[in-house]
Amino acid sequence: MLRQLGRRLALGLGIVLFVVTVTFILVSIAPGDPARLWVAPGAGQAELDAARHALGLDRPLPVRYVTWLFNFGRGDWGVSLVQQRPVMRVIADALPHTLLLTAASLLLTYTGGIVVGVIQAMRHRTAVDTGLTVTTLIIYGMPAYWLAIMLVLVFSYAAARFGWPAWIRFPALGVTSLDAEFLSPWGRIVDRARHLTLPLITLGAIGIAGTARFVRGAVLDVRDLPFVRTARAKGMSLLAVESRHILRNALLPIITLLGLSLPALFSGTVFVEVIFAWPGMGRVMVDAVGGRDYPIVMATTAIFAVLVVLGNLLADLLYAVADPRVARNGHE
Amino acid sequence: MSDLKTLLQDRRAATGLLILTVLCAIGVLAPFIAPADPVVQHDVLRTRFLPPFTTGPEGNLYLLGTDRFGRDLLSRLVYGARISLAVGLLSVTVSVALGTAIGLVSAYFGGAVERALMAVTDATLAMPRIVLLLALITLWEPSVVLVVLVLGFTGWMGIARLTRAEVKGLMGRPFVDAARAAGMGDLRLIGRHLLPNALTPVLVAAALGVGNAIMLEAGLSFLGLGVPPPSPSWGNMIAGGRDALVNAPWIATFPGILVVLAVVGCNLLGDGARDALDPKTR
Repeated sequence: MLRQLGRRLALGLGIVLFVVTVTFILVSIAPGDPARLWVAPGAGQAELDAARHALGLDRPLPVRYVTWLFNFGRGDWGVSLVQQRPVMRVIADALPHTLLLTAASLLLTYTGGIVVGVIQAMRHRTAVDTGLTVTTLIIYGMPAYWLAIMLVLVFSYAAARFGWPAWIRFPALGVTSLDAEFLSPWGRIVDRARHLTLPLITLGAIGIAGTARFVRGAVLDVRDLPFVRTARAKGMSLLAVESRHILRNALLPIITLLGLSLPALFSGTVFVEVIFAWPGMGRVMVDAVGGRDYPIVMATTAIFAVLVVLGNLLADLLYAVADPRVARNGHE
Repeated sequence: MSDLKTLLQDRRAATGLLILTVLCAIGVLAPFIAPADPVVQHDVLRTRFLPPFTTGPEGNLYLLGTDRFGRDLLSRLVYGARISLAVGLLSVTVSVALGTAIGLVSAYFGGAVERALMAVTDATLAMPRIVLLLALITLWEPSVVLVVLVLGFTGWMGIARLTRAEVKGLMGRPFVDAARAAGMGDLRLIGRHLLPNALTPVLVAAALGVGNAIMLEAGLSFLGLGVPPPSPSWGNMIAGGRDALVNAPWIATFPGILVVLAVVGCNLLGDGARDALDPKTR
């Protein structure tokens, strides 16, 4: 088990290295010159060259890559070319916002998705199943940014125009209200929760729809296997069979899905952060790519890659817990 | 042919195919369907932000209203179908070509080739696709061709893994050994036996991939990195509508509904085809 974990960690490190290398090459050959941000408008070629030299942009690509990798590994992440403050600070400001959003939406996605999927499988071929199947199909087909816009349209703009009560009226932008400083501690918590609501519903609804579709299939696959029939035949109640036999076995593909769905979740987060002006990693990255802010692009990519690898590692560990065979014999 | 019949007997697959056929027909026949020119604008101060079902100053009906330049929204949606669907279909074609090639080669030759190719596949799969897209798309001037290529080159990994698994399963089967014993060369064996037998799950994945690509194209256009204006695509129409959300909510609403419809069509077709064509359930 421990040896296997070590191998997975090494593999994960390799993946992160691959991802940052590819990204470094891509952003470096992209047109656009970040040195322009450091010289006054109308400055001549001499000033520009001086700025390029000072920023180290005139050195050959391999040298820049090795220098960056070495410094990054040491914890020196450089200075943002656009914001002109340490990358560490920029990330430290943004990461908690993204982690809050992704963690909350993962929790919502999996609890909601499993509940809906199991209900559908238990009510297989009834009106409930059909209705939920159509609903999840449609929600799963919605782009996150469009669903976000529609939610803002209804629960922010329409709610304000038609004077809906406060509990179905939500802010369209940001993490806190402008006057959050003056609220009571409890008021501040409520304020944050209200700002989190629409982004969370966006990611959660799409996530629940996708997971429920998957869970329904996984449960239906297990439901007709011989051991389930045996358990029923020996007089076990339906609920006991559901929880002890079906759900435990259906859980395995669901855990795999958890690991695989992380990159998609981060992609969704990028759009949601842009729409809701949520100051997280996704927004920082989109701005940085547009502004050719290499240090920030590299740092955000590396962190996303590490999070994805860690998520997959966690899924593997959960897998071993859920299936004793894996813990003993390894994955393959 | 019998496969198509089996496919159409599945209600989901038939519905999905119907939705997609209608949308494609709208795109192909755009010049005959669209009531107006999608890029022409009239007296902008009098025709912009007209709500659905209004009659313009010239006496023509704007069925779905106008955008902020006074352009007919319905016509733009109809022409947008061309671009959005073409980008979805073409980019998945690129992904399928790349993915099946990599999957086939790694399964057929095995050994170090397989390990290297699969390591690259897994590593690319671990990258959030949006990171790759954002990094790639800014390398060149925005254009439809660029969007197709970039979506194609970031979507092949799942198909490569799928093809590899399928072909590996086939490699141990007697008919492959028999064909090889009969003196069949590598290329002919791949083309005649391995590829056709591995194709069904790949096509299912491709159907699902088209939906995903349509969604991503809209996403890129939404971030201003996709199909450049004035060509209408559903994505850049949503983006344009977002700016006028308070005064003209219909602009962002309609293209989104069409994206959902197209994606639902692809998913229905993919899900239905998987169940209908799966030899295990047949």
